[in-house]
Amino acid sequence: CCVTRRSRGRNYEAELQRCRPEAAPVEFGDYHPLKPIMVTDTKSRRGARKGSTSSSSSSSSSAPADPLSSMLDGTDPLSMFAAASVSEKKREKEEEVVGPDFEPWSSKRGEILARFTTTEKLSINLFMGSDKGKAPSPGSSAVSEKVRTRLEELDDLEEGSQRELLNLSQQDYANRIEELNQSLKEAWASDQKVKALKIVIQCSKLLSDTSVIQFYPSKFVLITDILDTFGRLVYDRIWTMCSDPRPLPDSFTVDDVNDTAKETCLNWFFKIASIRELLPRLYVEAAILKCNRFLNKTGIQETLPRLTAMIRGIGDPLVAAYTRAYLCRVGMEVAPHLKDSLNRNFFDLLGTFRQVSGESVQNQLVQQRVEVPEYLTLYSPAINWILQCIAYRAPEPLLTEMMERCKKLGNNALLLNSVMRAFRPEFVAARATDFIGMIKDCDEAGFPKHLLFGSLGRSLACADPPESERLTILNEAWKVVTKVRSPQVEYRCYDYICDHTFYYVSITFIHLSFISRSQKREVNTVLADIIKHMTPDRAFEDAYPQLQSVIRKILTYFQDFSVLFSMERFLPFLDMFQKDSVRVEVCRSIMEVFIKHQVELTRDPVILNAMLHICKTMHDSVNALTLEDEKRSLALLIIGFIRMVSFGRDFEQQLSFCVEARATFCNLEPVLVQLIHTVNHQLRTFITIPSLSSIFSRLSLYLLSGQVALANQCLSQADAFLKAAVGILPDVPRSISVEGKLRSSESFLLDFINNFLATLLVVPDHPEHGVLYLVRGLLNMVQDYTWEDNSDAKVRVYVSALPLLAAMSQETYLYSIPKVDSNETLYGGDPKFLSEINKLCETLIGQILDNLKALGRDESTRRQGALAFSLFGVLLAHGDLRNNKLSQLAVNLWNLCHKHGYCETGISVRTLEYIKHQAQQHDMTHLTDTVQRLALQSRT
Amino acid sequence: MSVTLDIRLKRANKVYHEGEVVAGVILLVCKEALQHHGISLSMEGLVNLQLSSKSVGVFEAFYNSVKPIQLISSNIEVAKAGKVPAGKTEIPFEFPLITKGNKVLYETYHGVFVNIQYTLRCDMKRSLLAKDLSRNCEFIVHCQPQKAKVVPTPVNFTITPDTLQNIRERSSLPKFLIRGHLDATNCVISQPLTGEVVVENSDVAIKSIELQLVRVETCGCAEGYARDATEIQNIQIAEGDVCHGLAIPIYMVFPRLFTCPTLETTNFKVEFEVNIVIVLHDDHLITENFPLKLCRV
Repeated sequence: CCVTRRSRGRNYEAELQRCRPEAAPVEFGDYHPLKPIMVTDTKSRRGARKGSTSSSSSSSSSAPADPLSSMLDGTDPLSMFAAASVSEKKREKEEEVVGPDFEPWSSKRGEILARFTTTEKLSINLFMGSDKGKAPSPGSSAVSEKVRTRLEELDDLEEGSQRELLNLSQQDYANRIEELNQSLKEAWASDQKVKALKIVIQCSKLLSDTSVIQFYPSKFVLITDILDTFGRLVYDRIWTMCSDPRPLPDSFTVDDVNDTAKETCLNWFFKIASIRELLPRLYVEAAILKCNRFLNKTGIQETLPRLTAMIRGIGDPLVAAYTRAYLCRVGMEVAPHLKDSLNRNFFDLLGTFRQVSGESVQNQLVQQRVEVPEYLTLYSPAINWILQCIAYRAPEPLLTEMMERCKKLGNNALLLNSVMRAFRPEFVAARATDFIGMIKDCDEAGFPKHLLFGSLGRSLACADPPESERLTILNEAWKVVTKVRSPQVEYRCYDYICDHTFYYVSITFIHLSFISRSQKREVNTVLADIIKHMTPDRAFEDAYPQLQSVIRKILTYFQDFSVLFSMERFLPFLDMFQKDSVRVEVCRSIMEVFIKHQVELTRDPVILNAMLHICKTMHDSVNALTLEDEKRSLALLIIGFIRMVSFGRDFEQQLSFCVEARATFCNLEPVLVQLIHTVNHQLRTFITIPSLSSIFSRLSLYLLSGQVALANQCLSQADAFLKAAVGILPDVPRSISVEGKLRSSESFLLDFINNFLATLLVVPDHPEHGVLYLVRGLLNMVQDYTWEDNSDAKVRVYVSALPLLAAMSQETYLYSIPKVDSNETLYGGDPKFLSEINKLCETLIGQILDNLKALGRDESTRRQGALAFSLFGVLLAHGDLRNNKLSQLAVNLWNLCHKHGYCETGISVRTLEYIKHQAQQHDMTHLTDTVQRLALQSRT
Repeated sequence: MSVTLDIRLKRANKVYHEGEVVAGVILLVCKEALQHHGISLSMEGLVNLQLSSKSVGVFEAFYNSVKPIQLISSNIEVAKAGKVPAGKTEIPFEFPLITKGNKVLYETYHGVFVNIQYTLRCDMKRSLLAKDLSRNCEFIVHCQPQKAKVVPTPVNFTITPDTLQNIRERSSLPKFLIRGHLDATNCVISQPLTGEVVVENSDVAIKSIELQLVRVETCGCAEGYARDATEIQNIQIAEGDVCHGLAIPIYMVFPRLFTCPTLETTNFKVEFEVNIVIVLHDDHLITENFPLKLCRV
């Protein structure tokens, strides 16, 4: 059945014209159902809401009023109430309650426990045993044994036996204390109130024992936990006594409390008042301070100053300091508005501070072989806490007074340090000069001065000192810092304060340098200095977090990367990060800042070199174990950098940059893809593409490169790219992994080929190769490709090649590339060319028909029908049906696809209607005949 | 068959004054109806005196304990013989706290040789087969507040080696100077004893400073009288080597029951003293004594 098949002539312009009015029947006039929802409105609203929670934000958009949007405006009654109550609450809070900005004790606990540790053996000396040394772990204990230990305990209690637990490790100690805490709860639950009180008294007695002094702060934390438990138990018990018939409100007064509850409460206070020893009496009374609320209005307010004064009776300054801290802690919790006793506590502390250097303390230190500086650090949690309580929302004059008093009373370095840490940075910064004076004059007493500068630096890093003083401050601090010769030695000594210091100092300088406008040189010097100090003995290894924050600080100030990288010490500074993970993290943070703040494209060699170095570091961290996510984010960062690089019209430079980048980032595929995109401007990706592993990125990049080449009138390159694409087609695997799942590659391949075919329309033939060289090549490849069994993909390609051929035979092509002559102009409608096309069409149709026959044999009639219908569609759209044979073929195909009834009637009907519609066109009248021969087969 | 008998006073703190009415309920809880031969309630106030073995011989102390002095006594029949229904039964009662003649109700006091105690006792007589039930309940009497106003008289003191008595070798004493004051020695019993103590200087470190509250009880008897001083409580106000020159508060709450307003009668006396005890690190014990006069306002 060899027939001359030809494509019908097309007038694309006219067709487009015909289509247009139908395609856009709706005038986008004033009315449209979707119109009132305006983007501008939502935007402005969102902005206003983000800004504040206040109810005054009104959107000023000119958009028509949308009832919904006005509801959401924040002015609705509900949110107004909410806003009002919030502000009211806020006011209340400011008056008395401690706000969320007050760092609670619970957050200090862990830090103290972790910091003050010991390897020495500890002992617990209890008069009343609750020793459960033999008790097995909970859950496994037999009842009888439990009872026995209970009985033993009771015996212990009655005998008042003294029991000393020796040789406890720190962990043992903590466990014992926790056991005591448990037995306190048990005793309470079983109504043994006296035993509970005894436990608490014995525990607080432990706080007067300062042997193994390094552990004291941790001991304090552990034991005050028990006291807190006790305080809560007593308070809750009395509270429940009054909650009949209904619970007491939170703001209850003395009048709401019944006599029984009052009597019970009073009893507790009498009992506690008769505790023989001072320290337990103080601690236990402080623990139940809150219970004063049940007795009278002024109880707390009278008790606090009294307890504060009683602490003066504690001879050991460390024990006293911690008792004060506990009292302040309870006071802050129960009556935060009573600031006076907080202040009193601090003044008393100052008053007794000279005892630190007293004989008793010194003897003790000698005995325990503890150095003075280490001993002093034991105070810091207590003093810091007291000062934190005082400084919380304190008025400026008070802080000034505190400062003056510190100055007067010995001007001790430790105190000064705590003051600088506790007070608001703004306050400290405003008086930076004063503080420096104090630091210079202060009595060092084993507390190194550069640590003081560290604390000062901490404040200055958060707040700016007055403009005029900056340079002086810088100079003064500089003098001290240069004297710190070997920080690593200091590190060993005072490991806790010290490690923060050096870096705070450095940050201060960076900060100060920045604000005093001498930026680059100073910072560079600081960096040089840090390097100098940190390099010996690889001290930097212990200080990565600190060094990292130096980098962070620098990055916040230097967002101009040309300035940043022109500091010659910056990269050497980076080199100090020698641990891979840290290094990559640092690079990453630099990259992030770069991508965020580098707005303009750059070709600055300094930036490029440095950034390449940084990116290389990140790239080199990628290994076989790197997670995909990690790789992706690294690649994104590097791509971000590459995108910012532009040499303008200097293609040679750009190319060499890309070549260098390619060499550097060969492990990260997305980066290479980006590079190819970048370089496509120069059409030199030929070498890079093959190195990609994903075949589809290769294919599409070839195609893309080819298109770009065409657009740039580089015909031979385009040809080469497209040829290469065709060349690798046979290598496309049958299945590829998409998002981790193995999927057939067929649909991707079909997509690609269709895309490719569409491009081929405008590709002019190579003068040395034959007519339609590329099309033939592609079709040959398609022919040879091992398609999946039972797949019509090959035939589908043939079917979709037909429209291309049809389009190629037109006088004017559907699209073209400016300044590139396509085949339309090359051949100018040459009959030879047309006959070539026709031949090709014939071959293709022949192939398709063969395939259809084969399908008929295989009884896969459904596929046959679908295929036939698509061929029919192509013939209808592109074939010249005036040709009898062709129209006969079309009719045959129509019948074929309806033969087995697999054709959807709806589509058939629509197709018929379309043909009838087409037939009304003046040059398409022949279609009427065809239509009459197309019979609709009703489904059987 | 379980029965519980209890006396519940109306006042939670159980404190009454002369002329007031002691009111409360007798609480009976039983599972079944209970047959009884009458329930009676008695109130009694007694002063028990005991001679210490120190003052007189051991045997005399045992045998010759002075006859208790009755301050108040009354008895009422709460219920005649009959039945108490099953469940919870409350029988209210009231006793006027009025003495006969010119007797005075002393304040409740629990001491060593002198005890002043007021009790309510409820008795339930039952048939021969069942045991009689009885229940005691102490209530507390506070004497009438004194009319005269208490004018606090502060007492200053200075302790140096030279002010001490009762020492063997004055020369072996370390040097020290301790100053201070008590805000008052005529104290209101419901308010704490207050004052200040300052260690001005001391060659030897201080180990502890304590307040020792002491009762001085005097009992008259045929052979004369016995006077004994015993410790009530010892309260530490300073521990360790306290800061010199810093005022340390003296603060002590008078314990309930164990203290009462200073009492002087024809048969016995109850007085109080406070000792400020300073223990030095070399275990020297320095005591300064202050007689107190307690009163109620």
